Amino acid sequence: MSEFIAKAENIKMFFHSDNEKTQVIHDVSLKIPSGKITMLVGPSGCGKTTLISILTGMLKPSSGEVFYKDKKISSLSENDKAILRRKEFGLVFQQYNLIETLTAAENVAIPLLADGMDFNNAIRHAVRVLQTLDLGNRADFMPSTLSGGEQQRVAVARGLVHNPNLVVCDEPTAALDAKNGKNIIALLSKIAKEKHKSVLIVTHDNRIFEYADLIIHMDDGRIEKEENKPGTQIEK
Amino acid sequence: MHIVALKMLVGNRAKYFGLVFGVMFATLLMSQQVSMFIGILDRTSSQILDISEADIWVMSPEMSYADEIKPMPEFELYKIRGAEGVKWAVPLFKGMMSIKTFQGKLQQIILMGVDNQTLIGKPPKMLAGKWENLREHNAIIMDKSGWDYIWPNRPLELGIEIELNEKIAKIVGICQSSPPFMTSPVVFTQFKNVRKYVPSGRKHMSFVVAKADDGFSPIEVAENISKKTYLQALTSKEFQWRSINHYLTKTGIPINFGITVALGFIIGAIIVAQTLYIFVIENIKQFAALKAIGVTNNQILVMVLIQTAVVAAIGFSIGIGLAALFFESTAHLNTMRGFYLLPEVVMGTALTIIVIMLIASYTSIRKVMSVDPATVFRN
Repeated sequence: MSEFIAKAENIKMFFHSDNEKTQVIHDVSLKIPSGKITMLVGPSGCGKTTLISILTGMLKPSSGEVFYKDKKISSLSENDKAILRRKEFGLVFQQYNLIETLTAAENVAIPLLADGMDFNNAIRHAVRVLQTLDLGNRADFMPSTLSGGEQQRVAVARGLVHNPNLVVCDEPTAALDAKNGKNIIALLSKIAKEKHKSVLIVTHDNRIFEYADLIIHMDDGRIEKEENKPGTQIEK
Repeated sequence: MHIVALKMLVGNRAKYFGLVFGVMFATLLMSQQVSMFIGILDRTSSQILDISEADIWVMSPEMSYADEIKPMPEFELYKIRGAEGVKWAVPLFKGMMSIKTFQGKLQQIILMGVDNQTLIGKPPKMLAGKWENLREHNAIIMDKSGWDYIWPNRPLELGIEIELNEKIAKIVGICQSSPPFMTSPVVFTQFKNVRKYVPSGRKHMSFVVAKADDGFSPIEVAENISKKTYLQALTSKEFQWRSINHYLTKTGIPINFGITVALGFIIGAIIVAQTLYIFVIENIKQFAALKAIGVTNNQILVMVLIQTAVVAAIGFSIGIGLAALFFESTAHLNTMRGFYLLPEVVMGTALTIIVIMLIASYTSIRKVMSVDPATVFRN
């Protein structure tokens, strides 16, 4: 099994607006190690979000290649990219992006439903995952009746329900207080360790850096440095 | 994902009811108005179709539709009977008159004078009495709408005498006749009585109705009659369509109904398109999240189409139900006789609603399909 679940090679990204061409990613190469927690950190506007959009196949880079398990993402059709995300990636968003008219369990079940599982089975699976996140008693609640921390845990459950190999979290603690933020990261860390899942977290919250196996620092569209957690061996 | 689509739809009550209302409104307006329009057009030729024994109508050449009467001299009847292929030909009178009850009540009617011997032109369906009774002295048969106008809520009764042009006439039967274009009741009598009841004029023969002999087509016989006389001879079908065309081209009726139906279409489409678009825009972040999670564009398309189809089905069902309820609840009114919700109108409205939904959902579908899933990572 490869040491790296995903990698990016020589990624450049330009945005065009009103005859202006702005480079937001400058020749970035990086590797996401398998079974580890990787944090992509840096100030707002440094290109973190653009980079994870490229890594998950939602944005096409101006140049360079992205590989997921040695599969070239740019060679996939939009449909295949969506299927890849559905089967291999678990996404957790900063704003949760839960559907307000669905219960917590129904929200969690979406990746399974999209993959063709029947509704009752998908709900059963979703409730089981919610129980592991101590939200079993909130399965039938609508998102608007849940606290911010609970909503983020529902979003995490949605990112995990289909047993993805790479969990990608965008600022998962940004909307949470310190305690809830730490709880979420501790939970992701536990999953990465116990189930040997890879987790990529985009954050600028230095309170959670202690959970990272690898921290990739970005600034102005470039990778400034990579730091391994003491005692963590990551092959270059 | 079908259940997710439905829950997204019904979860937003205000938008959901707005969408259903739009479709319901368009359905009700279009089906009701088109049915009324068809009913009115049917009325313009209902009396032609009521005389099912005849397949040829002969009339003055100046006449262009069934309610424009220019009487012909009675000797023309013999010329028509002499035309090749005519099996039989009988006179028919049609004219507007007033009747008066002995209680002083006045009512305008359409008087039909039918052939003395054969009674061809008689009412199509009797509710009380026998049509043969028309042969009695001073006999008339009145249609039920006339009875209801003059004696509302009174049970049908025969033998009542009324005045027609200050002459006595006795009701010997009550019939059901198709409603004419003018809502006036229809009264039948023998052709020979017309001279007595109609106040002035030498000519009383409004039409001659005829039958083509075996081996002759009605078109052929109509041509033979036209050649032999100076008169205009048409088949029943031709006369029916000529009357309908007259109202279509020479009156404001189709424009009035056309405007209402077009308004139903346009307003329905606008309400649905606008509400559906707002619904999609409000949910755009959620659609982007679904795409980010791995829901494909095809699955999103199916979701929006399911939402559209459900709204269309519910709105259409309620709208058609209300239209049916309207016709059912007004069926007993004389003024609403002959107006029905036709199956063809239901089918046509359903197809139009499908068109409205496709037009209305086009922009929304384009918006959803083009949404960038990466927007979920942006605040």
